[in-house]
Amino acid sequence: MKKIKLGVLFSRLRLEEKLLFEEARKRKDVELVPIDSRELILSLDEHPKLDVILDREISQSRALYALQLFEGSDVWTVNSFEAVRIGGDKMLTSKVLHDAGVPTPNVKIAFTKESALGAIEEIGYPVVLKPVDGSWGRLMAKIENRTAAEAILEHKAHLSSYYHTVFYIQEYVKKPDRDIRAYVIDGETIGAAYRVSDHWLTNAALGGRTIPCPVTPELNELCLRACKAVGGQAIAVDLMETPHGLTVHEVNCAMEFKASMQSIEKNIPALLIDYCVKAAQGHQPKPKATLKTGDKTKAMAHA
Amino acid sequence: MNASERKVDIVKKVECPECGSEVTLSDGVVENEILDCTTCGVELEVVSLKPLKVELAPEEEEDWGE
Repeated sequence: MKKIKLGVLFSRLRLEEKLLFEEARKRKDVELVPIDSRELILSLDEHPKLDVILDREISQSRALYALQLFEGSDVWTVNSFEAVRIGGDKMLTSKVLHDAGVPTPNVKIAFTKESALGAIEEIGYPVVLKPVDGSWGRLMAKIENRTAAEAILEHKAHLSSYYHTVFYIQEYVKKPDRDIRAYVIDGETIGAAYRVSDHWLTNAALGGRTIPCPVTPELNELCLRACKAVGGQAIAVDLMETPHGLTVHEVNCAMEFKASMQSIEKNIPALLIDYCVKAAQGHQPKPKATLKTGDKTKAMAHA
Repeated sequence: MNASERKVDIVKKVECPECGSEVTLSDGVVENEILDCTTCGVELEVVSLKPLKVELAPEEEEDWGE
């Protein structure tokens, strides 16, 4: 039997990566090739001698550059450069979800603190100000009034990264003391967990605890549509419950699942490896994101 | 490519490079695994199994995430 050569791109071996490595090593049809990004030297005509690469890189910028170069060869990547680019940027995620008709919170983008204040007041207090490229609830602010808005915008304008002057302003969604983290692998919503917290941020990284969440037809349909919108193959979808139904607020490509494992029956590492094998064997159509950005930009994105 | 293939099957101890406390590595620890020092709370990375060696794990960067 020809073994599938599975590369796993990583730089931080968390429990998730440890479990993925263990799962891959159990498989007789898989040869695991750990790829530590800290040791990589990539060329512009990179041709890794691998069948498939699973991206578990914790650094968004490293993942993007590596995936872009890997995709210049025949190797299959999970997820694709394009999906990771969209999933790692909150504005792009909101845009593709909106364009695909997936319910998602109202968002405005501004580039100066003055226009950001105007955008905040157009939406109306409270709002949530987020970094476009952040994760784990980092540097997120719930803004309740103009005084707080002025102070936070002033501080943001002086942070080091220029990304902090891309102001991503989202309506504040009144929800229960929980949100939902659902996992989509190979076109199926394989499980979901509520993330419960007394704090308005429910991220597991901030201490939110998880309990099982049923995969209802509504949840399943929204997750699959969100996955399709970003061109994802194996992703986590974050949703909030509103009086009008579920709304998708985030998509995560190199998803963490440690906190959800006790609430989900299925074996996420095993399913990820199964999917990588299937993708490498050529049974998967290449997914495409649905970002509507005009022909020129689209051509560049898919180049 | 990386050599995080091998496992340590017996319990071993190393010194935390931050606070000097003894850190016990669990059975089955693998190269590159991230551990917490239970005394000072710093994150450590297992950089070598033979000889057993830990270093301070890289600190969180702004582009880290899912």
